Amino acid sequence: MADALLRVVQAGPHVTLQDGGRRGMMRYGVPASGPMDRKALVIANTALGNASGAAGIEVSPGGLVLDCVSGAVTLAAAGGGFILEVDGARRGSWCVLTLRAGQRLVVRPGQWGSWMMLAVAGRIERPDWLGSLATHGASGLGGGRLAAGDELRVSATRDLAERPLPCPVTARPRPLLHAVAGPQDRFFGSRAMNALQHEGFRLTSAYDRMGVRLTGPVLLPEGALSIPSEPILRGSVQVSGDGVATVLLADHQTTGGYPKIATVIDDDLDGFVQCRPGQAIRFRLISPEAAVAIARQRAASFARYLGQLTR
Amino acid sequence: MTGFPRFTPVADHAVLVEFAESISDSAHGQVLALDRALNASPPPGFRESVPAFVNLLVDFDPLVSDHAAVSAALRHLLTRTEGSAPTPALREVEICYDPPLSPDLETVADRTGLSPEAVIAAHLAGDYQAFLYGFAPGYAYLAGVPEALRLDRKPAPVRGISAGSVIIAGAQCLITTLVMPTGWWIIGRSPTKVLTEDSARPFLFDVGDRVRFRRIRREDFERRAHG
Repeated sequence: MADALLRVVQAGPHVTLQDGGRRGMMRYGVPASGPMDRKALVIANTALGNASGAAGIEVSPGGLVLDCVSGAVTLAAAGGGFILEVDGARRGSWCVLTLRAGQRLVVRPGQWGSWMMLAVAGRIERPDWLGSLATHGASGLGGGRLAAGDELRVSATRDLAERPLPCPVTARPRPLLHAVAGPQDRFFGSRAMNALQHEGFRLTSAYDRMGVRLTGPVLLPEGALSIPSEPILRGSVQVSGDGVATVLLADHQTTGGYPKIATVIDDDLDGFVQCRPGQAIRFRLISPEAAVAIARQRAASFARYLGQLTR
Repeated sequence: MTGFPRFTPVADHAVLVEFAESISDSAHGQVLALDRALNASPPPGFRESVPAFVNLLVDFDPLVSDHAAVSAALRHLLTRTEGSAPTPALREVEICYDPPLSPDLETVADRTGLSPEAVIAAHLAGDYQAFLYGFAPGYAYLAGVPEALRLDRKPAPVRGISAGSVIIAGAQCLITTLVMPTGWWIIGRSPTKVLTEDSARPFLFDVGDRVRFRRIRREDFERRAHG
């Protein structure tokens, strides 16, 4: 068992440590956080033989430059079409690679995607918050945001063979979102409900770990401006008083007084976050029963994909 | 529109149980009673529940359960929640109203037609209850600001308000935990931490707890806040 020391040379905004998330704390105002693309972390960890929720680094479109100061550490990259460069050798995300003392890893956005996870064959030594290294971006609580000069000690490092990882089709940006109407759809007339389903939207650049604002048809609520604050989930499609929709994401606030016209099914969100500002998306409203059926079918196919990774 | 309680499916993994359209003590009492019963006997697949003013969100694992099964379990729990309300815990929060820790105290006095000391006395006399958390980690909304102090929020939020600020708007009072913008009125500062840094009890309040403010002097604030 050995240690490695990594030093952050440069980190874009929203580059954070994330693990499988901090569940069970929403009643205290604390969302689960965790990766924007949670499957990317599971894939990267599985490729290294880690527990699926082990902590890694989430890279935003701002990119990351990391030096290995001492030791050596094998990393797995998954999520998005980022470009990774070590000693002049370039490859795409979706690979296992080893960084040795004196080497520098440069990660920058590539052809597609918004978030990449970097898992480590070892344990990132960092104090947790409430038992988790998941970082709540707005407060920095958790493992924390990464910034130039930060050092990360990785203990119990393992040296594994470099290899490419298969990028599943489901990891691509997902422009069609299945959603269940409500829970406050009663505040919207048929015109707004039709517009939600049949007209397109686009992501705006008001996009961070809390959520992404959309442009598209105006979804004016009817007399819902003073509803008592209600719980919000990752995937809530919240509509402000001027009819603008926002999809809440990993670091969502846990309650809010704007009506939620629909809620995106959980499994669609990992692909959705890989869309970039400007991308066109659509909503398809489905029944709660169909939503559960999709969740089960997707979980089974993801388990099959993970099984291939470890063979 | 169906009667209450109303069960609404949310995405593929939650049910929202609503007890009323608008805020009332009785609706909130029903939220807390169901929340207690649920956490005492969680149905299969239960992950967590989030109490709010008039509704309770129940999150479940869709690989284990579904909306119908969870709703049925909740209906069953509702038949058993009568008369089991425990005495809520009483939490004390220290507050210093001295300048410059109370930048809006004078304005609140002007707008309410009270003297600053009368504003302080009214605030201290309030009987508060932690109604829900939201907005950010540890942001506990305390209901119970006396009628005389209820003001609409400012027209625009003010940025960079210190953590520990005690802020009021309408019937609600809140002790901030982070540096954040707020449009609420800042009437004091508290050294009492809602994010306690105690892993056994990381949040000062449970939803439903009673809260009382205790006035402290500036010297005591400085000692508690930095000592």
